Amino acid sequence: MSIDMKSSDTIIRPITNSLTAGKLPKRSPLWILLGSWLITAAVFLVLQVTEVADGFNLVGTLVFGTVLYCVAIYALSHMVEGARQAKDRLMTALVTAAFIIALVPLVSIMITTAINGLPAFITPTFFSSSMRNVVGAGGGVLHAITGTLLVTGMATLISVPIGLLSAIYLTEYGRGRLAKAITFFVDVMTGVPSIVAGLFAFALFALLFNDPGIRFGFGGSIALAVLMIPVVVRSSEEMLKLVPNELREAAYALGVPKWLTIMKVVLPTSIAGIVTGVMLAIARVIGETAPLLIIAGFTASMNYDLFSERMMTLPVYVYNQYVSQGVDAQSYVDRAWAGALTLILIVMVLNGAARLIARIFSPKFGR
Amino acid sequence: MTTTVAATTIKARQRPGDRVFSTASVVSGSLILAVLAAVAVFLLVESLPAFVAPDEAFSGETRNFWEYVGPLVFGTVWAAVLALLMAVPIAIGIALFISHFAPRKLAQGLGYLIDLLAAVPSVVFGLWGITVLAPMVRPFYVTLVEWFGWIPLFEGPVSGTGRTILTVAVVLAVMILPIITAICREIFLQTPLLHEEAALALGATRWEMISMAVLPFGRPGIISASMLGLGRALGETMAVAMVLSPSAEVIFQLLTSENPTTIAANIALNFPEAHGVGVNILLATGLILFVVTLVVNMIARAIINSRKAFSGAN
Repeated sequence: MSIDMKSSDTIIRPITNSLTAGKLPKRSPLWILLGSWLITAAVFLVLQVTEVADGFNLVGTLVFGTVLYCVAIYALSHMVEGARQAKDRLMTALVTAAFIIALVPLVSIMITTAINGLPAFITPTFFSSSMRNVVGAGGGVLHAITGTLLVTGMATLISVPIGLLSAIYLTEYGRGRLAKAITFFVDVMTGVPSIVAGLFAFALFALLFNDPGIRFGFGGSIALAVLMIPVVVRSSEEMLKLVPNELREAAYALGVPKWLTIMKVVLPTSIAGIVTGVMLAIARVIGETAPLLIIAGFTASMNYDLFSERMMTLPVYVYNQYVSQGVDAQSYVDRAWAGALTLILIVMVLNGAARLIARIFSPKFGR
Repeated sequence: MTTTVAATTIKARQRPGDRVFSTASVVSGSLILAVLAAVAVFLLVESLPAFVAPDEAFSGETRNFWEYVGPLVFGTVWAAVLALLMAVPIAIGIALFISHFAPRKLAQGLGYLIDLLAAVPSVVFGLWGITVLAPMVRPFYVTLVEWFGWIPLFEGPVSGTGRTILTVAVVLAVMILPIITAICREIFLQTPLLHEEAALALGATRWEMISMAVLPFGRPGIISASMLGLGRALGETMAVAMVLSPSAEVIFQLLTSENPTTIAANIALNFPEAHGVGVNILLATGLILFVVTLVVNMIARAIINSRKAFSGAN
């Protein structure tokens, strides 16, 4: 005890060891960050009081405060810890900042859509009427929602069998050049611009029916299917690959034919993942505007028939309400935002449900 | 003889079900290739009249198709490159944050958060760009022109609405962030753990480890991810069509009210009213967009695939 007391008394001078360097206290980045924000906040307050700027600039405070933090942590760390540690701390700050920067638009979009969309979203007619004979306020999205459900439903009906069978081909049958070519071009196809898919559907049906002004819902389904098939193939392929080979071999050993093995063993094992993939694919194409603008066109009336006449869809509705504002422009803008809110909610629900299904039903593989 | 040996190889009995199933899967696999070919063929057939269209079909001083499409191609590439310049550094930062900086337990959730950005429909991005972003950045543009107006890129007069090519590039950058981030993240996670541990064992700081082990390993992945992002930015339609106030010219200034428009936005804005050979002209510009994005995507995928073979992570 006494020895300890004595030694703690004697060691007052810092250890001079060339192999260890100084280190900033553990919580120092946090304090420096808060300090930088406070300093910039003070500067902006002074600017406000002296009436150089009107109002307190919160965004400016956060932005310049963070910049100040980067400078401060670099300088301090350089003095205490050396150049290498300083660079590490600076890069950590920058990398974290990059992540926060990406969240800003996401949060901003969510908030503005919710605030601007709610007024029209909660009007009683919004989900119960179309835009037929509506000038100014009132009206709704019933025709657009019907159209979106029909067009996207048809696109799903087309692309799921094709996509799933192609994925089965790639995992169960495909060898050699054809399989390689399909894998490669499926990947390439995911990058086809959505408007090109719309133009393709238009060119196809304009030639088939010899009608240079053709617009109908089924064409939209074809365009969306072109965009959807590669997504379905990719996700189903991944899921089918996860099925352990032992299951297939066990089935073959029992004399089960290959197609029955796939139907009764491989598909049931991976069905949760496939459903997830399909739902994500639907979520991806349900918000597509450009192809539907081209081939499905827009209308103010209900249309239940995919094969004739123009058909309104939700994304096109949003675009159309915003672009061609009539008298009482505000109600058009309100409806556009409410449509956007509906669209985002649908996409979020699809995404959430897909992830939920994946989490609940998927076989657990630890990595 | 030797042929009898081959003849006795055991072959599974081909049941009708097997035949139907394998044929169906081969057919639908090939159908994908056929669809891609059909896209090219039908667009080409429908756009043939545009290439020989007479002067009267084009408005203003443009006399033939190539003069018409030239400024559009410039605008498309210009907007996409600007978006890429902004998106790539941030995307690399996000990917590094998720793969190497964030706490392990949070990493996947943060990844979902970025993926949510990909789930926002492009028309909503357009609405947001026009009502939130454009008014917000306008004061910033005014300052930029005041202070840096002597740089040709930032030459005035500044746009009164903020709906300039730079705003469009910002929106595009936000839209292509998720795809670049997702691929960079995958690649960074594939870095051999031994390389990372070796760097750390030599006393490297975390950033030194990343710049010595992770980034060199991931460079091809970053390049191809950027190219995929470029492909997306080239073809993005609605956000550009809604945010930009267009004039089909070759203009490098970023902040004026005269901006080069893109192929996709031009199609979306003019297609509903187009008729006669005008439709063919728009389809022909679409064909050019298709070819450009196809080439960009094929190069990107080729790079990714060649990497896959060497990484040993699969």
